Amino acid sequence: MLNQHQSPEIGSRKKNAIIFFIILIGVLYITRLFFLQVLDHRYKIYAESNIQRIITDYAARGLIYDRNGELIVYNEPYYDLMVVPGQVGAMDTTEFTRLLGITRPQFESRLQTARSYSRFKSSVFEKQISKDIFAALQEKLFKYPGFFVQPRTLRKYPYPVAAHTFGYVGEAGPTDIAADPYYQPGDYIGISGIEKHYEEILRGQKGTRIVMVDALNRDIGSFQDGRYDTIALAGTDIYASLDIELQQYGEQLLKNKRGSIVAIEPSSGEILALVSSPGYDPNLLVGRVRSQNYRKLQEDTLKPLFNRALMASYPPGSVFKVANFLIGLQEGGITTHSRYSCPGYYYSGGITVRCRSHPQPVNVETALQYSCNTFSCIQFRNTLELPKFQSMQEALNTWRDHIVSMGFGITFNSDLSHELPGQIGSSDYYDQIYGPRGWKALTVISLAIGQGEIGTTPVQLANLAATVANRGYYITPHVIKAIGTPENLNPEFIEPRYTSIDSIHFETIARAMFETVESGTGRYSRIPDITMGGKTGTVQNPHGENHSAFIAFAPFENPKIAVSVIVENAGGGATWAAPISSLMIEKYINREINRTWFEKRILDAEF
Amino acid sequence: MRNQFNIFKNLDKITILLFLALIFIGWINIYAAEINESHTSIFDFSQRYGKQFIWIIAAILLGLIILAFDVKFFPAFAYVIYGGIMLLLIGVLLFGTTVNASKSWFQIGGIAIQPAEFAKYATALALAKIIYDTKSKIKTFKDLIKPVVLLAIPVMLIFLQNDTGSAIVFSTFVIVLYRENYIPGWLLLLGIFAVFLFILTLLVNEFIIIGILSSIFLLTAIILRKKPASIRQLLLILLVINTYVYGVSYVFDQILQPHQKMRIAVLIDETVDLRGAGYNLHQSKIAIGSGGLTGKGFLQGTQTKFSFVPEQGTDFIFCTVGEEWGFLGSSLLIILFLTLLIRIILLAERQRSTFSRAFGYGLASVIFFHFTINIGMTIGLIPVIGIPLPFISSGGSSLWAFTIFLFTFLKLDSRRLDLL
Ligand SMILES: [Zn+2]
Repeated sequence: MLNQHQSPEIGSRKKNAIIFFIILIGVLYITRLFFLQVLDHRYKIYAESNIQRIITDYAARGLIYDRNGELIVYNEPYYDLMVVPGQVGAMDTTEFTRLLGITRPQFESRLQTARSYSRFKSSVFEKQISKDIFAALQEKLFKYPGFFVQPRTLRKYPYPVAAHTFGYVGEAGPTDIAADPYYQPGDYIGISGIEKHYEEILRGQKGTRIVMVDALNRDIGSFQDGRYDTIALAGTDIYASLDIELQQYGEQLLKNKRGSIVAIEPSSGEILALVSSPGYDPNLLVGRVRSQNYRKLQEDTLKPLFNRALMASYPPGSVFKVANFLIGLQEGGITTHSRYSCPGYYYSGGITVRCRSHPQPVNVETALQYSCNTFSCIQFRNTLELPKFQSMQEALNTWRDHIVSMGFGITFNSDLSHELPGQIGSSDYYDQIYGPRGWKALTVISLAIGQGEIGTTPVQLANLAATVANRGYYITPHVIKAIGTPENLNPEFIEPRYTSIDSIHFETIARAMFETVESGTGRYSRIPDITMGGKTGTVQNPHGENHSAFIAFAPFENPKIAVSVIVENAGGGATWAAPISSLMIEKYINREINRTWFEKRILDAEF
Repeated sequence: MRNQFNIFKNLDKITILLFLALIFIGWINIYAAEINESHTSIFDFSQRYGKQFIWIIAAILLGLIILAFDVKFFPAFAYVIYGGIMLLLIGVLLFGTTVNASKSWFQIGGIAIQPAEFAKYATALALAKIIYDTKSKIKTFKDLIKPVVLLAIPVMLIFLQNDTGSAIVFSTFVIVLYRENYIPGWLLLLGIFAVFLFILTLLVNEFIIIGILSSIFLLTAIILRKKPASIRQLLLILLVINTYVYGVSYVFDQILQPHQKMRIAVLIDETVDLRGAGYNLHQSKIAIGSGGLTGKGFLQGTQTKFSFVPEQGTDFIFCTVGEEWGFLGSSLLIILFLTLLIRIILLAERQRSTFSRAFGYGLASVIFFHFTINIGMTIGLIPVIGIPLPFISSGGSSLWAFTIFLFTFLKLDSRRLDLL
C-alpha cells in the first residue's frame, strides 16, 4: 500500500504546495511583525506614554426650581474612588487601607471584585468618599497606581418636602442597561417621580475622555489630542409648578395626621402642592444610604412611601354630590326649579338613607349647601329612570361617561408617577352581581351620595374642584410648568379637556358651592376677605373613624387655586378638611395667615 | 526483544526538541504575562504559571503513556475514540459548565476539561482511518461523503456549544483531503480565493471590488478582442464573482450583528471602536509594536504586565513574546512553528501506511490553523477569534490535546515499518 494509488510525483508536488503555503504565511507574518515592531514607531510612543484610561465625564443633572424660581433640587459634588485592577502595582497597602479606614481583607476582596468585573476597565473601589478622605487621598494618589478619583454628584433638597413628587435617582440596574444602551453600570437614572418622567431632559449627555497616564498614575494629557473624546452636556433645568412654600405649609398642616392635600391652579392644571402624609425627607433617598433608608421606609407601618395623593382610593362621600348634581342638571333628572322637602331621611323600597335637619324645602343649590341626602337620592333616581333611557344599563353608562369626562376612573397619564385610576361602578359590574335584569336605580342609590362602588383619588377630587372653578373643563394636572427657561411652558399639558356637561350647569353648582361656604356646611371655614366655593364630605370608613373630606376653589370670580383635602380618621368634612383647605387657600392668596387661633387648632391636632 | 519495550526507540528527536522548546517558551511567557507581585515563584501553584507547570508535567506523562501503547491500537480504535469524544461533546452540551458564553467545559474538581480540544485529535484519527479504508485509486465525489459527515458531526456539536472558534478549526482538514486526492488543487485554490474575497468584501465597499474586477475584465477583453469565445467565458466568470461579492456583502449586512461587523472594521482601523472591539486589537498591537527589534527583556514588558492586553496568558500570549522578545524573538517563535510543521509533513511523507500519513497531515493542518489564526489575530491580520496558540497558551485541555496528538503521530512514525 505504499502510495500505491498515486504516483510519487503527484504526492510530492502536493507536499511541496502545502509546505510553500505554510512558508508563505510565515513570511507574511514576519513581514507584518517587521512593520509593526521595527518600522512603525507609533506603538512605542503609545506604550511609553503608557496607558490609556477611559474616564466618564458625568453630566450634571438638570436643576429643579419651583414656580417662583426658588431652587428646590440641586447637585452636591462628591467623589468615588475608582480602581483599574490591571494597573495596581507595588504600593504601601497598609497606609492606603488606614487612609480609607478599611481592613486588609476588605481591600483584597474589593480588588478581587473589581478584577472579576474587568482587569482593564475601572470600577468603583469606595463610593462617596468623605471630603476629609478625599483631601488626604488626593495628595498621595500618585503613590497608588491604578487608583483615581471620579467626581460625581448627588441630589440635594434644600426643602425637605415633596419627596413623592420629586421621586429619586439611583444607579441604573441591569434592566435599564438592557433597555437603553446609553446606560452603563454606575450611571444614575431617575427611578420615580419627576426624576423618572423627565429623565432624558434632566440627565443631559455624559461624555467620555481617553487620557494617557504615566507609570506614576499621573494624567499626562488626552489620547491623540482628544480625537475620540465626547463632551459632557449638562442636563436641562426644569421648573416645577409647585409653590414650595405652599407645599411646605401643607405638609406642616398634615403633620401627625394621615391624609393628603392637592392644590391645582385651575387655569393651567399646574399642581401647586401635592401633599401625602406621612411623607419623608427626600434627602433620605440619596447616595449610599438610600437602600438602607428605603428599606426602613418600606417597613414603616404608616407607609410613608405610599403616595396617598395619587394612589389612595376613597369613596368620596358628599363631595361627589357636586358631580352627581351636574349630571342631573345636564340629563334633565332635575332642573334649577326642582324642589323637594326632606323629612330627615330618604325612604324607598325598603331602603333608608338618613339626612340631617336643615331648612326646608330644598332646591339644587340649597341641597348642595346643606348636603341634603334626600334630594341627592331623588335627583339620582330621577336621572337614571328618565324615560329616554332604554335600559338601566344605558342610564348607568351615561352617568358613568359623564363621571369619566370629569377625570374619574382614569389616570391622567401626566408627569405624576404611580398614579392609580380609582374605580367607578359600571353596568357590567352590576350585571355580573345582580344579573342584567336584577338591578335598578334603587340598587345603586348609594352612588348618589358618593358611596358604594366608587373610588376616587385626592388628585381627581382636586381636579373636580378645578373643573368647577373653570366652569366646565380642566387641564391635565401636572407638576412641571416649564422646561429650560421659565417661559418655555411644558407643551405636553396645555390642551383644555371639556367635560360632557354644559358650562351653564357648572355656573349653578359653582354658586351653590359658594353658598356652602358662605352659609352652608362649610361656613365655619369661611375666610373673611376671600370668596370661595367648597363642598364638605364624610368618607364612610368601615375600619374606624370616618375620613374628613373637602374640595374648594377660590376666589369665586377668578379662581387661582382649587384644593382637595382628605384627613383620614378625622370625622366630618367640616371640622378638619375644610379648615385645612381654607388655610391652604389663605396661604396661597394672601401669602400669610391672619387666623392664627384657627391655624393653631389644626397644627395641634393629631389623628 | 528488549527493544520492543523501549518506547523511545526511533522517536524523532528533532520533533521532540521542538516540542520541548515550545512548551518551555510558553511557560516562561505565561509567567511574564501573569506575574503577580505577591506570588513571584514560577512554581507557585496558586498562579497560572505554577498551574501551567503542572499541566506540562502531566502532558509529558500523557505523551509517555501514548508511546507505551501498541502502534496498532490507533488505527484499530480510531472510530471508538472518535465515537467516545462525540459522546463527550453531547454530554458537555447537557451537563457542561459555561465559560465566556461557551458551554464547552467539564468541571471535574479543580480541573476544567474542554472536550472540543480533544475532538480535533479524534477526528484526525477517524479521518485517517476512513482514508486508509478507502481503497479506490481515483477518488470520486461519492468518496467524499464519509469524510464530510465525519467532519460535520463535531463541527455541529461544537457550534451548539457556542464555541465558533473551535468549530471553524475543522475546516483545516481540507488540507488532508487535498493531499489524499479527495479534492483537486484548483478547488482548494478557489476556496482560498473565495475566503480571501469574502474577507475583502467585508473590509472594502463591495462596489469598489466589483468596479476593480470589471475594469480588469474590460482590459482583458480589449487584449483578447480577437477571441470572442474566451471573452464570453471571462464574462461568465466575472458575473459569478461579482454576484458572489455582492451576495456576501448583502447577506452579511443583514445577518452580522453590529458587534461582529465591528470586529472586522477594526482590522482596517482599530481606533474606530477603541472602547469595544478595537480595544483588544489596539492594546495587542501596542504591546507587540512596542517590543521593537530586540524586545524589552524578560519580565520587562509594561503593557502585558499592566494587564492592558486581555487574555494575555491564553489567546493573546503572543503579545508577551512580541513585547519582551521583540521582532527577533517573535520571528524565532514563528520559525520554530514553521520548522515543526515542515518536520511533521516530512515525517508524514515517509510513512508506508496511508493511515499514518493522513494522520500526520491532520496534525500539521490543525497546528497550522491554530498558529495562523492566533498570531494573525494578535497582529491585526485576522478578526479576533479565540483559539489558543498550540503548546504556548496557558491551559490544560489545549496542551494535553496537542501533546497526545503529537505523540500519537511520533509513535506511528517510530513504528512506521510495522504498519502497512
Ligand atoms: Zn335633607
